[in-house]
Amino acid sequence: MEFLEQFNSERMISKMLKQLVVEEPLTIMEVCGTHTQAISKFGLRTVLPKNLKLVSGPGCPICVTPINFIDTALKLAQKEGVIIATFADLLKVPGSNSSLQLEQAKGQKIRTVYSPLDAVKIAQRNPTKELVFLAVGFETTAPLIALSIVEAKKRNLNNYSLLQGMKTMPAVMKKLAANDQLNLDAFLCPGHVAAIIGVNAFDFLAKDYNLAAAVAGFEVADILLALLKISQLRANQRAEVLNLYPRVVEDQGNQQALTIIDKVFKPTTSNWRGLGTIAGSGLELRAEYQQFAVQNKFSIRVEESIENNNLDCSCGEILMGIKQPNDCNLFATECTPSHPYGPCMISQEGSCNAYYANLYLEG
Amino acid sequence: MCIAVPVEVIKINGQQAVVSLGGISKEINISLIAELEVGDYVLLHSGCAIKKINSKAAQKTLDAVAELSREEVD
Repeated sequence: MEFLEQFNSERMISKMLKQLVVEEPLTIMEVCGTHTQAISKFGLRTVLPKNLKLVSGPGCPICVTPINFIDTALKLAQKEGVIIATFADLLKVPGSNSSLQLEQAKGQKIRTVYSPLDAVKIAQRNPTKELVFLAVGFETTAPLIALSIVEAKKRNLNNYSLLQGMKTMPAVMKKLAANDQLNLDAFLCPGHVAAIIGVNAFDFLAKDYNLAAAVAGFEVADILLALLKISQLRANQRAEVLNLYPRVVEDQGNQQALTIIDKVFKPTTSNWRGLGTIAGSGLELRAEYQQFAVQNKFSIRVEESIENNNLDCSCGEILMGIKQPNDCNLFATECTPSHPYGPCMISQEGSCNAYYANLYLEG
Repeated sequence: MCIAVPVEVIKINGQQAVVSLGGISKEINISLIAELEVGDYVLLHSGCAIKKINSKAAQKTLDAVAELSREEVD
């Protein structure tokens, strides 16, 4: 699109940077892996005022998926007649003893799919096998997974099921907003989650926690505009939630998407790596779709897994924004993208991976 | 994982559409979009259009950026 060039115009960016003057120290958390990646890629931290601190939160669905989920997927992969379908992002994440990628190499039937709708097609082509889709993702991905269930029901498929690990953002953001140790001033709200749930879904940040927030896009001008507007709000001691991504985000979100999520799923408690169990932060299938829940097809019992194999790994604190990747002893020494210890280094949207990929910029 | 890219709709066929991104065409699902016409841009995530892009609103953001980058600061 012709707009992209304008959003990345060097002249506009350098002028905006000059305008960004922060009087009081300001801490802003981003909770979207694509923002984390963009901030690192553009080297924004190196050019921002010193008293403006950007911290990364739990914005990468892969990073917050507990080890227990991977262990369960690995157990299912060993069952006769099961095909696992997964987004590629999950492949390298280590479980307690192996990873999906290692098991795939050993010949287990683990298929990488681009879309959950492709997983439904695989199920239809393999009527004698059970296709288990590893359902991870935030609100952006939830409507597509819901669509896959509706599609499976329409096609009368009884060999498609979900291992449910989907998560939703508002409840975890409340937990972070209330954390005194983090002492956040503002949130950079996730643009594509907001495309689905709408700006109004973040109003609680201003109303209940007196924070500033901006829903922003992913070009460098989008992010700088958000930082400028947030700093202006804080300078005037105002708590508001701004929509700076109106080209895709509306106040109420995408009604079609919200309707299908609500039709298929209901809120549930979910376990986040590094953050623990949070009520109302996950999604589970409603009663009328329980036939698609993998636990109703197989008895799967997974021992409580140790959160992390390496005690020096700081992924938990990094996901909370308490530590930055380069505060971890393993970062860029023992832990690298080709030899990762924790999920934040594995996923391209993980903060450690984003920092590592732009090491020369992050310092 | 919430990565989504803007693509142009070049053909609509019920709940499916053919879209183009820099010359690459792909069939995607459009059942989450209420009204769509050929020539519209949508945000594509994992094989599915998740939102129609409002180009007038894109201009609004660019105007806000232009506004903020207009004044020179010494």
